Amino acid sequence: MNVTSVLLPLAEEEHFPPEPSLFWQPLVKFGTVDFFGMETTLAITRPMVVMAITVGLLAWWLLATTSKAAVVPSKGQYYTEQVYDFVRNGVARDMIGSKEFMRFVPLLFSLFILILLNNWMGIIPPVQMPTMARVGFPIALTLIVYVVYHWVGIQKHGLGGYFAFMVPSGLPKAMIPAIFVLELMTFFITRPLTLALRLFGNMFAGHMLLVVFIVGGYELLMQGGLLSIVALPTWILAFLMTIFEALVQFLQAYVFVLLAASYIGGALVDEH
Amino acid sequence: MEGNITLIGYGLSTIGPAIAVGLIFAAYINGVARQPEAGNLLRPIAILGFALAEALAIFGLVLFFL
Repeated sequence: MNVTSVLLPLAEEEHFPPEPSLFWQPLVKFGTVDFFGMETTLAITRPMVVMAITVGLLAWWLLATTSKAAVVPSKGQYYTEQVYDFVRNGVARDMIGSKEFMRFVPLLFSLFILILLNNWMGIIPPVQMPTMARVGFPIALTLIVYVVYHWVGIQKHGLGGYFAFMVPSGLPKAMIPAIFVLELMTFFITRPLTLALRLFGNMFAGHMLLVVFIVGGYELLMQGGLLSIVALPTWILAFLMTIFEALVQFLQAYVFVLLAASYIGGALVDEH
Repeated sequence: MEGNITLIGYGLSTIGPAIAVGLIFAAYINGVARQPEAGNLLRPIAILGFALAEALAIFGLVLFFL
């Protein structure tokens, strides 16, 4: 496979910044269908394959480590319990409160391990494809969180009560309409938008950073002479950046779950 | 000179979040230095603040592609 033509479509095309179509490189195409008036291509793409692999891996791991759960845990069960404990106590209980957090723990735990493994797929050598760097995946996950926190909020306060609850009590009367509009925007636009874009942006930018260092090093090596020597520090820095990325990817999975829990907790608060 | 003005826009949009993230972690370190037991309590708050402050830079990245 020609490395430069796959990783450097920019080299041949003139436009900058790159357009989204450059990043759409499906593995298998099935033809097009009409989807609500838009011509849509049915295809299997790399992120879809990575996502399927991670889901399979996680299902296998969780079944293997918890089906024979014992009081004295095996090594695998111990690791699974550590992660579960981290999400349950470190995220859900702190953010939602000890009364109602238990029913959200399965959702938050699934989100956390799914995002974490998918993010780490961005640096695990044979794959190196962060699923969340395609904006559709974060949007899908955010939609779940979006529906859940509005649903539990409306369930708790009632439809009218939910909108009334958005405005903090004790405000001067003149301020209420302005604050209501702001809170409405926060609840319905800013929160889901930032939740999805934060995950997407971090994964995408991190992936691009690694591509720049690794492909840049390759290009320098191919130049010959003195420039070939410079390829070595470039790749050393790429290696260090990879380790840094592992940290960022963990942090982003944590932040996503933390914010999801805080939105759910915010919708369940009794009174302001 | 060739290039795209959105690059400069993205660069500018990262200044604010960079300062904000620095301030947040400075406050977190200060808090832990004064009271080490509060570290576990402060960490989620610091990371939450960091994530919210970072949102502007992320918007910049997305707008850069528009």
